[in-house]
Amino acid sequence: MGWGRRLTIAVPYLWLLLFFLLPFFIVAKISISEPAIARPPYLPVWDSIGAALDHLSAPNLENYAFLFSDALYIDSYLNSLQVAGISTLLTLLVGFPMAYGMARSGPTWRAILLTAVILPFWTSFLIRVYSWIGILKTEGLLNQVLLSLGAITEPLVIHLTPLAVYIGIVYSYLPFMVLPLYSSLEKLDGSLMEAAADLGARPATVFWRVVVPLAMPGVAAGCFLVFIPAVGEFVIPELLGGVSTQMIGRTLWTEFFQNRDWPVASALTVLLVLVLVVPIVIFQRIARRGGTG
Amino acid sequence: MRRGPSWPLCVAMGLGFVFLYLPIVTLIVYSFNESKLVTVWGGWSLKWYRELWANQGLIDAAWVSVRVALASSTLATCLGVMAGIALARSSRFFGRTLFSGMVLAPLVMPDVIIGLSLLLTFISLSLDRGMLTIVLAHATCSMCYVAVVVQARLTGLDRSVEEAAQDLGARPATVFWRVTLPMIAPGVVSGWLLSFTLSLDDLVIASFAAGPGSTTLPIKVFSQVRLGVTPEINAIATILIGLVALGTLVWSVSLKRARAAAADDLP
Repeated sequence: MGWGRRLTIAVPYLWLLLFFLLPFFIVAKISISEPAIARPPYLPVWDSIGAALDHLSAPNLENYAFLFSDALYIDSYLNSLQVAGISTLLTLLVGFPMAYGMARSGPTWRAILLTAVILPFWTSFLIRVYSWIGILKTEGLLNQVLLSLGAITEPLVIHLTPLAVYIGIVYSYLPFMVLPLYSSLEKLDGSLMEAAADLGARPATVFWRVVVPLAMPGVAAGCFLVFIPAVGEFVIPELLGGVSTQMIGRTLWTEFFQNRDWPVASALTVLLVLVLVVPIVIFQRIARRGGTG
Repeated sequence: MRRGPSWPLCVAMGLGFVFLYLPIVTLIVYSFNESKLVTVWGGWSLKWYRELWANQGLIDAAWVSVRVALASSTLATCLGVMAGIALARSSRFFGRTLFSGMVLAPLVMPDVIIGLSLLLTFISLSLDRGMLTIVLAHATCSMCYVAVVVQARLTGLDRSVEEAAQDLGARPATVFWRVTLPMIAPGVVSGWLLSFTLSLDDLVIASFAAGPGSTTLPIKVFSQVRLGVTPEINAIATILIGLVALGTLVWSVSLKRARAAAADDLP
């Protein structure tokens, strides 16, 4: 192996070790330290290797004990998993017909629709979430339209409810679902569907027995691409859900920026990483099988 | 079987696209609204663009964001191209699984985790929080996107061209600059643009990594949005959307021309 090749491996490798892997160990270290009113607001766990070994033999697990003693934190985790799970299913329901329709369109339409799915990626996520406030507010656009059509007599309360968070997550993560679905549906061999139809299968049967099983790699990739980041989502529950949805991203943010309790925030992070390790490993397997990694 | 989607599928697809674009369209339309209230249409006006022009805080923040995005996307592209080549061209090296895991994980890892852990790392390394730390944080996340794009491009390419250059006596560095890089150039440019956009858009990681005096545009926008909907934000969003649309258009036209030129070169 030439030195050039070694360098292309070593430089990004060391960078990721320093700025991606090492940080997790630092978070773990601070999660077992004691909070302090200082800058930075925690007491160092150890200053020497000897002290470090002493500490590891008797780690300070108070921060973790605190997380389990207060129902707020456990509820945040469970609530995040629930919201992310339901939103992932909803995104799949909205995204599948889009991807399937795109895959069955002619080449010109495919190109146009594909660009249309990718384009929102390039516009600000924060601003797209924010624009939903104007639509969903009590005196917002949706209620105005529905009231003027006479479909409702009282304005609907959606903003600052969990429903708004679901809408926000489905909306923001929709391209992440549609793209992998489309790439597996696009490869679908039309003759398989024709064969099934020729053998007497009805369209619904063809769909469930032929199309869906062949789309499974895309379904799996899309679901993980939506679910994992959605569990730790901060902006959407903060702007659209308010106090109605206590998700773990918001809890962590409050703990860190408002309560300034860095050790507890670190312990929350460690637990969140532990919750997400299994889905992330499965996601990586799927990505590698798809030719990445 | 009939080509093309059936009509219920077309309806479902159409509704999906309406859902995807409704908020963006609303935002643009209301940025030209004379009235301060989102609920009242006061006629077309450029009032909020003028107000925006006078809002020094937002302009300063936008300038910080642009500088951070330029620096971090360039750094991310250099690192990501190397990582992409390493993944596509070196099938075996020590710790390859760990390496590819570290490249893929940031793509899905929630921002709050990356932000908090990087902040604590910067403090441990006694780096003062400011523009530099935001650049380092953004480069770390974006390099993974670049690596994936470059790797996908490389796997789709014919390796024999590089081998032919080597056989003809080109040194590895020459092969890279004269053969590999031109072939992956579209992927590299897409990766840079993607990194630039990600950096310009990021709120969570920047909030953790930022210090006093390094308020980026999303941090500024977020603090204003929290206080309530302001039409100035609609105006700045519309300008950003316009710039993105323009950039995408220029990029796709130049790509098309390059392809046409390449097709002409072939016998």
